Amino acid sequence: MSLKQLTVFVQNHQGSLVAITDTLAKHNVNIRALSIADTEDFGILRLIVNDTALAGKTLAEEGYLLKTTDVVGVKIGDAPGKLSEALKVLDENHINMEYLYAFMTRTEKHAYMVMRVADNQKAEAALTGAGFHIITDSDVEKL
Amino acid sequence: MAQNYYQKEIETMPVEEIKKLQSEKLKKQVKHVYENVAYYRDLMDKKGVKPEDINGIEDLHKLPFLSKADLREAYPYGLLAKPLKDCVRIHSTSGTTGKRVVAFYTQNDVDLWEDCCARAIVAAGGTNEDVCQVAYGYGLFTGGAGLHGGSHKVGCLTLPMSSGFTERQIQFMNDLSATILCCTPSYAAYIAESLKEMGYTPDQIPLKAGIFGAEPWTEEMRRGIEKDLGIKAYDIYGLTETSGPGVAFECCEQTGMHVNEDHFLAEIIDPDTGEVLPEGEKGELVFTALDKEAFPLLRYRTRDICVLSRKKCSCGRTLIKMAKPMGRTDDMLIIRGVNVFPSQIETVLLNDGYQPNYQIIVDRVGNNDTFDINVEMNPEQFTDTVSGITALEKALANSMKVMLGINPAVHLVPPKSITRSEGKAVRVIDKRKLH
Repeated sequence: MSLKQLTVFVQNHQGSLVAITDTLAKHNVNIRALSIADTEDFGILRLIVNDTALAGKTLAEEGYLLKTTDVVGVKIGDAPGKLSEALKVLDENHINMEYLYAFMTRTEKHAYMVMRVADNQKAEAALTGAGFHIITDSDVEKL
Repeated sequence: MAQNYYQKEIETMPVEEIKKLQSEKLKKQVKHVYENVAYYRDLMDKKGVKPEDINGIEDLHKLPFLSKADLREAYPYGLLAKPLKDCVRIHSTSGTTGKRVVAFYTQNDVDLWEDCCARAIVAAGGTNEDVCQVAYGYGLFTGGAGLHGGSHKVGCLTLPMSSGFTERQIQFMNDLSATILCCTPSYAAYIAESLKEMGYTPDQIPLKAGIFGAEPWTEEMRRGIEKDLGIKAYDIYGLTETSGPGVAFECCEQTGMHVNEDHFLAEIIDPDTGEVLPEGEKGELVFTALDKEAFPLLRYRTRDICVLSRKKCSCGRTLIKMAKPMGRTDDMLIIRGVNVFPSQIETVLLNDGYQPNYQIIVDRVGNNDTFDINVEMNPEQFTDTVSGITALEKALANSMKVMLGINPAVHLVPPKSITRSEGKAVRVIDKRKLH
């Protein structure tokens, strides 16, 4: 099931982020969601794109240090309390989370949440069991 | 100011007499080494030199050189010239695996070394009425032991503080009215800053002189320490290979360090050709230990770039003066008083599964050295979490600390991101202005 996330190492230099987004734009890669974790020295850019394979190949050719990571994508209702419901499921199942970010689309009345957890399969099973819809790469391509 | 000497006869001996004394000692020393050190005997045999070819200091150039590489190869006993039963102590360099040097001392070696340090203390104005605070590290490092012994010989009340515990240093300094401080210049600056923060003005600090060495420092740093502590700051030079601090010391003129020539014969050579250079020319400093019994190194290449001068000194000493070293012929860095070789950093990287693609950045902020190492990450090490990468940095910094004895800040950077000029990466960026 899984959703592929592209993780890119970014140095804390002026212009390093725009160089990445420019490269992706030139190859017609569309970014669906992103998050950056930053420290004093470096940043970690996490991307959900419409074509992970193409984006990964393009950035690797440019010499970027990157990695494709399996994350869990969940569709949640666009209403107060919906995120909490999903998080409670993980909590009840004792699944630890590393990080989380979310995105919305213009057309659907849903929000999407991207999670990196200790055990993807367990998280997906628990969320599916609780009635959540897990999204995959093909879902993202269609967005 | 009235001049005091610890051993006036030697310190003010006419140059011709010193040279005669050196010649006599050299002849005896070469014989002692040839007979007792197989390693050096082989070097001499290979060069076709016999002890009888050395009839005085004019023949010194015939002898082979010794370098750090020889010391490593001969580790630990290969250059020992006395049976262990005659040895009473060892000291060792701050370097670690692969770079460690162990030097042996007989009781006589210790005595003569302490005399050298005593000359430095007296030249800095020390007498038996002084309270001498020794804040060099004690232990394997020669700094603490050398100045401690010298302080005893002068008859100072000796405070064997060792380094660190700055609050305690300051408490003893004040409670016991220490008048002479011996430590590294960076530690002296740190103590000065701490005193200032605690609200002390220079006239409230009992110190009158400081003897600072074991790392490079600038004239500006000297003036700063002198002003902040209200003292006169004297430089001292030495290396474990030759004994420790006290090979050369500064007098009231503060224009270079008098070499204790009766024990150490100094030469300046061209580091590329090995040719001896005339007085006043800049080159590599080479020492021959004339009196050492247990670990008598002949023509040891220090790797320090230096100038020697026989110019008359107003202090009355006739001992030749060496300038503050102006640099190194190898890639050794002295960071926070610790010798660091880039090759040690490479060793750690290879041990820990990294490629040896790195850059060392050293700077001085205030009077403290900063030490950063950028290391190119292996693609397979890259993880998507910040904690994953900082854990790798921490683990690597810890391995570096174990190897080097000091703690660098390690920064992982992407592969191939370290600037390479003409295909070769610049390994060391030293932003300190020390020479």
